[in-house]
Amino acid sequence: MAKHHVTTTINGEPVEFLCSTRQTLLDVLRDELNLTGSKEGCASGDCGACSVMLDGRLVCSCLVLGAEAEGKSVETIEGMAEGDRLHPLQQNFLEDAALQCGICTPGFLVAAKALLERNPDPTETEVRYWLAGNLCRCTGYDKIIRAVMRTAAEVRGEAS
Amino acid sequence: MTGEKTEFKWVGTRAIRPDGHDKVTGRAKFGSDFALPGMLQGRVLRSPHAHARIRSIDTSAAEALPGVKGVITSADFADQPAELAAAGEALVNYRDMVRNVMAREKVLYDGHAVAAVAATSAEIAEAALELISVDYEVLDHVIDVDLAMEPGAPILDEELEPAGMEASGPTNIAKRVDFDLGDVEEGFAKAEVVLERSYTTAAVHQGYIEPHAAVASVSEDGQAQIWCCTQGQFMVRAYTARLCGMETSQIRVTPSEIGGGFGGKTVVYLEPLATALSRKTGRPVKMIMSREEVFRASGPTSAGSMTYRIGATRNGVITAFEGTIRLEAGAFPGSPVQPACMCAVAPYDIKNVRLTGYDVVVNRPKVAAYRAPGAPISAFGAESIIDELAKELGFDPLQLRLKNAAKQGTKAAYGPTFRRIGYEETVEQAIASEHYSAPLGPNQGRGVASGFWFNIGGESAATVNINEDGTAVVVSGNPDIGGSRASLALMAAEELGIDYTKVRPIIGDTSSVGYNFLTGGSRVTFATGLAVVEAARDAVRQMCERAAKIWEVESDGVIWRDGHAVPASSNVGDFEPLSLADIAAQSPKTGGPICGHNAQNVQGAGPGFATHICDVEVDPETGRVTILRYTAVQDVGRAIHPSYVEGQIQGGAVQGIGWALNEEYIYNERGQLENPGFLDYRIPVASDLPMIETVVVEVPNDRHPYGVRGVGEVPIVPPMAAVANAIENATGVRMEHLPMSPPRLLAALDAARLPEAAE
Repeated sequence: MAKHHVTTTINGEPVEFLCSTRQTLLDVLRDELNLTGSKEGCASGDCGACSVMLDGRLVCSCLVLGAEAEGKSVETIEGMAEGDRLHPLQQNFLEDAALQCGICTPGFLVAAKALLERNPDPTETEVRYWLAGNLCRCTGYDKIIRAVMRTAAEVRGEAS
Repeated sequence: MTGEKTEFKWVGTRAIRPDGHDKVTGRAKFGSDFALPGMLQGRVLRSPHAHARIRSIDTSAAEALPGVKGVITSADFADQPAELAAAGEALVNYRDMVRNVMAREKVLYDGHAVAAVAATSAEIAEAALELISVDYEVLDHVIDVDLAMEPGAPILDEELEPAGMEASGPTNIAKRVDFDLGDVEEGFAKAEVVLERSYTTAAVHQGYIEPHAAVASVSEDGQAQIWCCTQGQFMVRAYTARLCGMETSQIRVTPSEIGGGFGGKTVVYLEPLATALSRKTGRPVKMIMSREEVFRASGPTSAGSMTYRIGATRNGVITAFEGTIRLEAGAFPGSPVQPACMCAVAPYDIKNVRLTGYDVVVNRPKVAAYRAPGAPISAFGAESIIDELAKELGFDPLQLRLKNAAKQGTKAAYGPTFRRIGYEETVEQAIASEHYSAPLGPNQGRGVASGFWFNIGGESAATVNINEDGTAVVVSGNPDIGGSRASLALMAAEELGIDYTKVRPIIGDTSSVGYNFLTGGSRVTFATGLAVVEAARDAVRQMCERAAKIWEVESDGVIWRDGHAVPASSNVGDFEPLSLADIAAQSPKTGGPICGHNAQNVQGAGPGFATHICDVEVDPETGRVTILRYTAVQDVGRAIHPSYVEGQIQGGAVQGIGWALNEEYIYNERGQLENPGFLDYRIPVASDLPMIETVVVEVPNDRHPYGVRGVGEVPIVPPMAAVANAIENATGVRMEHLPMSPPRLLAALDAARLPEAAE
């Protein structure tokens, strides 16, 4: 079957790609565009390791077809740092040891950034429920939650 | 904190990990992130049956499909003899291994590999699988360990000869192990209280988020390169060489970043298949497991069944402990029943102990190591019955543990006499914690439990290269699964006396660093850390010699202090200290490159102990358990990087909470796994949990230069009993089977309520 020609925006840059009907956005990012920061942990929308923003909405890219990106804007982990400056969440994940193996980290960072843009002052419970779709098997979540809460406080201008 | 506190510049700091930036930006390359030009995609055909004889396999239609470049079956692997061979510290049976990576006479579990295809795309490879025709003779199967031991049970392997016991006919029992200390009959004769209980635990998966992945490329001259996510590149090399009939020097294995393992990546699944397919097709072959394949065909750890008897005097002295532990091995022998027996009551000084263990094959995937293999299973029962004993005797459960605590000089039931250990300190710190005396509300309860793990040493090799500009590279050979590069670099910086950021730790492939046993047994910071420290000291020795040469003095007249060579005393002469950078810059004319080496089989791992406190609230209407508060106290010897030590403790505790409350393999009546996905195999999520409080106790291991014991495994040992004991404390209902999921707990609560309602 002929491939679809898709015109989209990824991390602010115009991008064109060809994909088959069955290829997911995650497949396209990883296999066609070499953006391997988004990870496949389950391919069923359960683990959140492939989290990206699609037109400002947090989605599992394994549940979106590549062809659906037509005319939309995609933001991935590769676009999170600005030049050589890490996003405050990235910096605080490092300082707070909020990662061990690191496979879930891109998904957590994308999801946490989406939370803080929507709710700059979340409670611990709100952070825990927002991130309940991102699985981490290494950390027990403790240091991840703390890093997100600390970042929220810093962004609000409160001392941590 | 206990133990000697010495001032260090780097050890004990919370430095940013050297691999961190790559991991928060998406740059880090994990198993499935690797690709080569011209690469084929490989897929595996798996058995839909739990137990069946393979009459024939017809791959001709698949091979004829355009785009298919190669198909392999067991015919592509030479059979292996039934012998236990040493592979690092592990003993492996290659006859079983060759059958596990590709079924031969029979399939032994749902998901067992029967053929594999390499094609120009994943779609074509998957279509080809549909075209492979396997003629199966379906056989009766057995999933449950106790049923598998009964007479008349379906037999997995007619030729299986059990070790450590006599068998009158075909059996599923692969091995019996016995541990005896003192005289249990005499011990029970002294007891004033005797309890006997039985417990079971479910099979659970390690649950790493990264599925197994490998790329293999075999060239025409027979040399192979493999890139894969593994806990041990040398293990992959050894096993692949054996199964594919190659020499180890022909294979170079480069470990990728690894997305979790917990023991589950200490074996091979895809690597020999990808290598065989690459050899057959002449192209690089990439293979990735789906999540469903991970659940059906990799890991898990054993389900267990155990019966325990404990005796004590009224004043709280445990006089005897006797038990039988039966663990499922999966399709091939090799459950962790031996460590399960050895760890069951290791925290206690009990004079009379008898434990018998059985290793039993069943129609499930062959078990793989999972964090403190075996110990969490046996400890669930042991720490539950000790809790019951405390209640029976009217003792506070931690005070009873303290009264019977193992200490320096205690002879453990599994053999050794403990050197200095920190178990008592963990109990004392738990008793002293604010958590232990905090008030509880209605439907709430508190439970405690302890745990033990040996920790291991093993073969380690490391190199410390001093660079010409005064920086250093540490080359070691253990995949970094949770921050070990940071701890190695901290110790190297401490030894060299240079800034941590000037030390870059890398993990070598199998051809660029000496042999290292795999990442496991909580060994890397301890054992490979020791090799790194010794390699750094070797580099320092060389730098002192270079300084002596420059100063024209005897080499024993120079010592190393704060990153500088200085005269050992004023008798040597008056010289300006030479920094590491000064010596490095002059190295071409003082003897050439400065490379410190060390390679050894490290001994002297320090046993680890932990004591956990768990508060729960039980919903009496639904049986749902909420973890309200959790504190984990652990003796780590020395925390080289406290954040990652805490992280190991927190992560292990939460895996244990999942094992306690939710996780289990669910099979249908045909022996097929019904929950091979994260939706139905539910690991803990962020909203299930509170913060996990940690209390890091430091009783240094006197056989490591910085006192390291090993951290990663102990924390998964206590949680299941801590949760069960908390549920009992909240409801009066004793749960003896895992998981304590809402339907099971509700049924138990209802059963307990019925007599009350009838009154």
